[in-house]
Amino acid sequence: MLKIKKPGLLSSIQDLGRTGFQKFGVIASGAMDPFAHRMANLLTGNAENEPTLEITMLGPTIIFEEDALISICGGDLSPAINSVPVRSWRSIFVKKGSELKFGYTQSGCRAYLAVAGGFSVSEVMKSKATYLRAGIGGYEGRALKAGDQLVLGTPSDQSDRMTEYLIQQLQNQSFLESDWSITPELIPNTESNPFIRFTKGRQFELFSKESQQKLIGAAFDVTAQSDRMGYRLKGPALSLSEPAELISEAVNFGSIQVPPDGNPIVLLADRQTTGGYPKIGQVAFVDLPLLAQAKPGDKLRFVEISHEKAQHLYLEREWKLKELKQGIYLKTR
Amino acid sequence: MEYNLHPLGDNAVLIELGNEISQEAHEKVQALTAVLETQPPDWMTEYIPAYTTVSIFYDPLLIYQLSSDKLSYDYVCSLIKPLMEGLEASKAADARVVEIPVCYGGEFGPDLEYVAKHNGMTPEEVINIHSSGDYLVYMIGFAPGFPFIGGMSEKIAAPRRESPRLKIPERTVGIAGMQTGIYPIETPGGWQLIGRTPVKLFRPHDDSPTLLKAGDKIKFKPISLKEFENWKETE
Repeated sequence: MLKIKKPGLLSSIQDLGRTGFQKFGVIASGAMDPFAHRMANLLTGNAENEPTLEITMLGPTIIFEEDALISICGGDLSPAINSVPVRSWRSIFVKKGSELKFGYTQSGCRAYLAVAGGFSVSEVMKSKATYLRAGIGGYEGRALKAGDQLVLGTPSDQSDRMTEYLIQQLQNQSFLESDWSITPELIPNTESNPFIRFTKGRQFELFSKESQQKLIGAAFDVTAQSDRMGYRLKGPALSLSEPAELISEAVNFGSIQVPPDGNPIVLLADRQTTGGYPKIGQVAFVDLPLLAQAKPGDKLRFVEISHEKAQHLYLEREWKLKELKQGIYLKTR
Repeated sequence: MEYNLHPLGDNAVLIELGNEISQEAHEKVQALTAVLETQPPDWMTEYIPAYTTVSIFYDPLLIYQLSSDKLSYDYVCSLIKPLMEGLEASKAADARVVEIPVCYGGEFGPDLEYVAKHNGMTPEEVINIHSSGDYLVYMIGFAPGFPFIGGMSEKIAAPRRESPRLKIPERTVGIAGMQTGIYPIETPGGWQLIGRTPVKLFRPHDDSPTLLKAGDKIKFKPISLKEFENWKETE
């Protein structure tokens, strides 16, 4: 069991989202940075959809009431175990009684804590993701509070092998980091002010030539009115070449829509299922982690790529991930 | 059936079946979703129907494994072709009618007076018109189980509030322009609030998590405050 001593700013249980219920208007939810979430699970021997703890901006303090194999991926929120800094993007064996403390973000915005076996919470509509506004899923449908107790699930055989491997090298320390980690080339760059690759949205052509060029040339601020639902950006106003009444239709993770005030909104994990604003662009899925790791005050720049290119990038990353998975498996066999 | 295809991100295709909100487009959407419900393609992860479109989501890696010589989007488009062939718009005749009891006015409907005044009638007249209409659920969106309803009389239309309320209680019935709707969960919103139903529209722990679905017909039935308080879900 893990005990929450301090909850941090917004720490919630997330998985890869609630699939199959958007037709009922039920939002997908799930990890804002699905890549970091999957990596954290991979490094603890979990299935990719096991729930992890999504930690935002200012992290929690957690007491381990049992031994556990963990991994922290995503933004750098200066994690430390018993006051000793630990590295992200690798496996860590933690002994009972240890205290894992996160601080304020050093780079990025969100970190994901996976624990071998996952967190034992019940499924609502086939997902363990917290849907904050409806108060369902995750840990009692809400963000964590001090005093919460997270029960762990049963670790997989792979998790057990990884734990054994680390225990063999353990001497007197209260924790041990693995000598394997995610290849640096696979880790998204979470430096501030990223370039975000996007493809043309379905209503791109309805925007004035000037607005089309501004989206590509200008920098946009991530405003304080940005959350898990979407990032509200501020930059040069974007407008349609002539007014158009649009009919509500489905939106997706990373859709860039523009309401009448001209300030684009990038839709993220807690997006509504449908929207009636024109979509000028769509963020390439491989760059969703860059968005999830951007925080208010950061500047975003958009770079256009073709839909073909976006699909190739997606597949390439999946293949690299597969190789990585196999590598870890072989190492601990 | 005629249609156009558009990409929607790296894992979805949007099928456009019409370009205006109409019974005809709705019937096409219903026909396609009926097929997706009864014979879901094994490559589909989920779908989202709307007024004139149906968006189908898929796992690009799985699609790649099914066809390694094509990009996932192109391959999915080729799979949609046989799906659309021979598809005929379904008739709305067999639509389900759902009766929704509403306690109008009072603390549940603080804007009923405004809607009445705006249209030069009494609150009772607004209630009569609202509860005698034939309504169709075109789509579900915005919030879990939130119905986009067509068929409200323009006699009781009213503009949205200038500044939205921060919290609208769940199950509140409202009017915005020519539309009427019901808030299934507490959300901010700018609609004129005219009443509340005792019936839960969002049931996250049930097999079918929402009371309403696209294609349903709705009848609103006025009930008293006493009936509202004593209401027990019969299901």
